[in-house]
Amino acid sequence: MMTLSIKNATKQFGGFTAVDDISLDVAEGQMHGFLGANGAGKTTTFRMALGLLTPTQGEVLWQGRRISYADSPDIGYLPEERGLYPKMKVQDQLVYLARLRRMDKKQAEQGAKDWLERFEVPHYANKKVEELSKGNQQKIQLIASLLHNPKLLILDEPFSGLDPVNVEMLKKAILDFQKQGATIVFSSHRMDHVEELCDDMSILDKGKLVVHGSIREVKRTFGKQNVRIHSDTDITALGELPGVEKFTAQRSGGVFRIADEAVGQHLLARALELGPVRQFALEEPSLEEIFIEKVGRAHV
Amino acid sequence: MYSFWIIFKQAFKTKAMTKSFMITTLVVVASFFLLANLPSIIESFNGNDNSQQTLQVVDETGQYTEALQAQLNQQGSSIQVDASALSEEQLRADVESGDRDAFLVLEGDNGITARYIAQSATESAQAAELENALQNLQTARVAEQLELEETELAQLFAPVGMEREALAESSKSQEELSQARGLVYILIMVIYIAVIYYPNMIAMEVANEKSSRVMEILISSVSPVKHMFAKIAGIGSLGILQMMIFALAGYLAIQSSGSDLTEGVFSVMGFSEVKFSTFFYAILFFLLGYFLYAVLAALLGSLVSRTEDVQQLMLPMMVLIIIASFISFSGISMPEAGYVTIASYIPFFAPLVMFLRVGLLDIPLWEPLLSIAIMLLTIGILGWFGARVYRGGVLMYGSSQSLKDIRRAIKLGNGK
Repeated sequence: MMTLSIKNATKQFGGFTAVDDISLDVAEGQMHGFLGANGAGKTTTFRMALGLLTPTQGEVLWQGRRISYADSPDIGYLPEERGLYPKMKVQDQLVYLARLRRMDKKQAEQGAKDWLERFEVPHYANKKVEELSKGNQQKIQLIASLLHNPKLLILDEPFSGLDPVNVEMLKKAILDFQKQGATIVFSSHRMDHVEELCDDMSILDKGKLVVHGSIREVKRTFGKQNVRIHSDTDITALGELPGVEKFTAQRSGGVFRIADEAVGQHLLARALELGPVRQFALEEPSLEEIFIEKVGRAHV
Repeated sequence: MYSFWIIFKQAFKTKAMTKSFMITTLVVVASFFLLANLPSIIESFNGNDNSQQTLQVVDETGQYTEALQAQLNQQGSSIQVDASALSEEQLRADVESGDRDAFLVLEGDNGITARYIAQSATESAQAAELENALQNLQTARVAEQLELEETELAQLFAPVGMEREALAESSKSQEELSQARGLVYILIMVIYIAVIYYPNMIAMEVANEKSSRVMEILISSVSPVKHMFAKIAGIGSLGILQMMIFALAGYLAIQSSGSDLTEGVFSVMGFSEVKFSTFFYAILFFLLGYFLYAVLAALLGSLVSRTEDVQQLMLPMMVLIIIASFISFSGISMPEAGYVTIASYIPFFAPLVMFLRVGLLDIPLWEPLLSIAIMLLTIGILGWFGARVYRGGVLMYGSSQSLKDIRRAIKLGNGK
């Protein structure tokens, strides 16, 4: 069953089209990654999904109907612009926000305690939010979004501005939360995070959905591969061979982008002619390359 | 309803716990006690020196002092006079050096000529009492010289009997009016302060939640309309509580001062003939005025992105309240004026002006009821309109903060 379903959604602000005819399904229990440059329409899409904004055209359905405030207990949201009451104590704040989503007070208190411990910040429970570092505020913000055990969790740039240790901690928490059965949608402009966490992904560019599907499928249909050759001799000249779309020189060798797998074998043969080859690899394209290809081209 | 109560309680609790709220409450309560006890406090400070001091009189004829003392006693004055053994020059030197506050010189055989010499001319209360006493003394002496009968004297000084009678039915008798005036004045003042203070609190609160960006979480959890009204109700209840604390403190302060509500200063305020309906209307118009302006304030607060900009956008609203206060304060002396009557049906002026009219005039019941109905209708329309602006306004961030943003906010909220 499709839990979150965006159907031909378009959102215009005055004359500006922020989201242009997007259709997308997120299955139950899945983790879906939204990629897009700044201003691509990710936040607007999320706000439409949450019912904060009404689509100009099309609709966003959750379990077959439009999201309303009756669904509030089932939905968690981490906005891109982080926001908490600066003068309220962490524990009070978490309990208040969870109770707004109709969580029981006792459960909320216990849950807040457990999550603070899990994020190794139990001593912040009675501190005001404004006294916390940005990274720690972000942990609190994430707890606030999932404390009430939502079935649908929408995270807008959950990892921005965090150090690597904390990114790992939050990633693990989000993965665990997904394992408990939650459907998670998150946006990022870090491809590696999406690649690591998601089943499905989509790329938004200027309000349009340019790529959509499971990560494996996206990579396969991209139809391009990378050939990595490390050699003692200079192989720059091989970049000029037919079938090579792009050559990126590295310290000892380089990476060739090819569309046809046969070209890879040909490249290896030519490289061996020039000298000994230390390493040869046929690699899948990274999401980053796909992103730049899809979005970058549109920019030209 | 569950989330409504949670927001309600939160708004109430966090505001009640702020230092500024507690300090304001304490300061006002303390000032009540101070004011109520002011007369006795002042007395305790200068109890011993000048009021008890005997006023030295340089009496050249030697016949006035005793008569003056008798006259003063008759008037109920506490001034004690004594024929001085010192000369005028010596007394003058004393006053100049500050050892003595004042002295009196009495001269003349037929008509009394008096000179009151003091450090400053501001100590006129004593001088006025003396003048009054001397005048009576003079009159009595002249009457004696003219050999007037007691009854003739009484005729001469009989006051003119003038009574003011108001023919308009709604008008209260002059006596009633002057009594009601003081109380109504104070209650209008209270309503005026309340409809500025509490709605401002709401606007600041909304702007705070917006600028700290917690708003987006809030309105993704609870509908903006519910959020807005819960907040208004929460802070409104806080306002009622604070007003009740003030009322209780005021009552206790007066009690503690040992004076009776019907005596002295308080008689001017009309507490002696407290009408229950006046207080009832005061509470009613306080609530209506509060809700009216609170919805407006929430609407305006939702348009700004930074708390610094709140005051700027609140200005039009403040102007409305100030106009209302002008009308009602000027209307205290002429509550039947045409512009007062008209203003009492204009929703933004009604909370103050209609209260003035029901407080001072005996107007038929339908008049306040009509005004209340107009206000309720306006609150309803504003609430509906405000909710739409609020919905979009809280998502809107930008540098411009003008009333034009209302249109943008409605568009955003509507999804068009």
